[in-house]
Amino acid sequence: MTEKVMMKGNEAIGEAAILAGCLTYFGYPITPQSELPAYLARRLLKMENGIFLQAESEVAAINMVYGAAGTGKRVMTSSSSPGISLKTEGISYIASSQLPCVIVNIVRGGPGLGNIAPAQSDYFQATKGGGHGDYRLIVLAPASVQEMADFTMLGFDLADEYRNPVMIMGDGALGQMMEPVVLKKPEIKKYNHDWVTDGAKGRGQNLICSIYLDPAEMEKYVHEIYAKYKIIEENEVRYEEYLCDDADYLIVSYGITSRIVRTSIDLARKKGIKVGLLRPITVWPFPTKVISEYADKVKKVMAVELSMGQMVEDVRLAVNGKVPVEFFGRTAGVLPSCNEVLAEIEKLV
Amino acid sequence: MEKLVFDKPKCMTERPLHYCPGCSHGIVHRIVGELIDEMDLRDKTVGVAPVGCGVFAYWYFDFDFSQAPHGRAPAVATGIKRPNPDLFVFTYQGDGDLAAIGTAEIIHAANRSEDITVIFINNAIYGMTGGQMAPTTLVGQKTTTSPYGRDPETMGKPIRVCEMLSTLEGTTYAERVHVGDPKGVIATKKALKKAFEVQVNKKGFSIVEILSTCPTNWGMTAVDSLGWMKDNMIPYFPLGVYKDKTKEGDA
Repeated sequence: MTEKVMMKGNEAIGEAAILAGCLTYFGYPITPQSELPAYLARRLLKMENGIFLQAESEVAAINMVYGAAGTGKRVMTSSSSPGISLKTEGISYIASSQLPCVIVNIVRGGPGLGNIAPAQSDYFQATKGGGHGDYRLIVLAPASVQEMADFTMLGFDLADEYRNPVMIMGDGALGQMMEPVVLKKPEIKKYNHDWVTDGAKGRGQNLICSIYLDPAEMEKYVHEIYAKYKIIEENEVRYEEYLCDDADYLIVSYGITSRIVRTSIDLARKKGIKVGLLRPITVWPFPTKVISEYADKVKKVMAVELSMGQMVEDVRLAVNGKVPVEFFGRTAGVLPSCNEVLAEIEKLV
Repeated sequence: MEKLVFDKPKCMTERPLHYCPGCSHGIVHRIVGELIDEMDLRDKTVGVAPVGCGVFAYWYFDFDFSQAPHGRAPAVATGIKRPNPDLFVFTYQGDGDLAAIGTAEIIHAANRSEDITVIFINNAIYGMTGGQMAPTTLVGQKTTTSPYGRDPETMGKPIRVCEMLSTLEGTTYAERVHVGDPKGVIATKKALKKAFEVQVNKKGFSIVEILSTCPTNWGMTAVDSLGWMKDNMIPYFPLGVYKDKTKEGDA
């Protein structure tokens, strides 16, 4: 399928996963990601090696992912905020056991049961752990239906490359809205699978586990994983710049919010305000270095996100006091208008 | 020339067991090892270890293992087996793991008739965490969290897992046995063999509940604990086959 088709973001993720060779999916119903399991049920249940299983809970679904990932199969689960909270125990085990998989979070308004409208208030949960212990997810933040598909394919490659869980962090708007998308089957590299638990024929035991009772041994293991994270931080930071070259003011914004911000920047430019956008595509690893470099050139930095101020903490760490860092956010499922963001940009001047 | 009359199963490692003296895990591990050898399953087996005293079960076998979060072994086993239907997958779970925190996972794995085998060690107590009340702790039994004995008014009565799971259409085979004497050990091996065969023949979900001892947390000698298990547990948890769909001809 290389022609342009109209698809919902949730469905685009589903088709992209299949094209990337993921024929195994475990999930549990929750809005606003429901189109994704429905799409995969329709497709996978008709495929010879397709596995679609609606689990009894989010907890069970992520543990099914853990089991399948341990056998070297490309596997995915998806959910939305409260469901991701339930999955975090399993995500910690998966990260600690260094298993590749893709986890989709179509973020909704919270905390608590919240609502089903778009939000970005799971940023801390996605990038700072969420589950227990020292670990990291690679977190990709799409801003269009096309990117929902592209980043899903990229996510499987990154997961296999680094033996690490990857999260696709969308939101209720990206999941639900339809846009034209081009879906192209990617080349799939052959990855080293000498670690998988698929029957020890002709070899000794392979073991998937995350228990090291001796603290010194566990510390050594965590250091090994963090050496891997360091390589990811060096190689995999992704971001997009818009009108940054001559900018006096830099806005940092990601996902659906960055699209609103782009329009606000166009409006501000018409009023003569030199403002640019830096859009993190990987929110972990975060584009710290480039933001730090801009902090040497611009007068002010502002973070705009759909939360009470989560990503802004990473922006402040990157800017490290060089210039003031302002924040504008709407939360709990409310999206700002372009004029609202424009008004905040005008306050910077 | 010396003749070898007794040896450890080939698929078991040289590592000394970490279990307490008188604990039943060693007996059950050996039966599992013997059957994996006899049924020639080693090259396609993936065991799923629980949280509990059996967490290190993978130390004692030389085939593949995955260590599951507490109670989630049936979900992990589902994830291993579904995309790899030719693997032989078993979970090894205790009573806290299976019948408390993992209640949802065991019921739904059984109900979907996952082609996995569950080896369920019921010793009426939490072992690894230090002797707390389990869902299978007997009425009146003293544990660190039921210090005056399990009070059924406030703590409920022990859960009979085989009986509960046998009500589900998906359960193909469910049997309760014990390892309190040689006869019981022989019956346990026979039950596990049957359960393994159910999976090898792709007939669905099988579970063997094995009444076991925990002398350390019961505060007894190894010998006394065998007697206590038989005198107190078997009357409440009757032995026998609770479900056998292979006989009903519909599995």
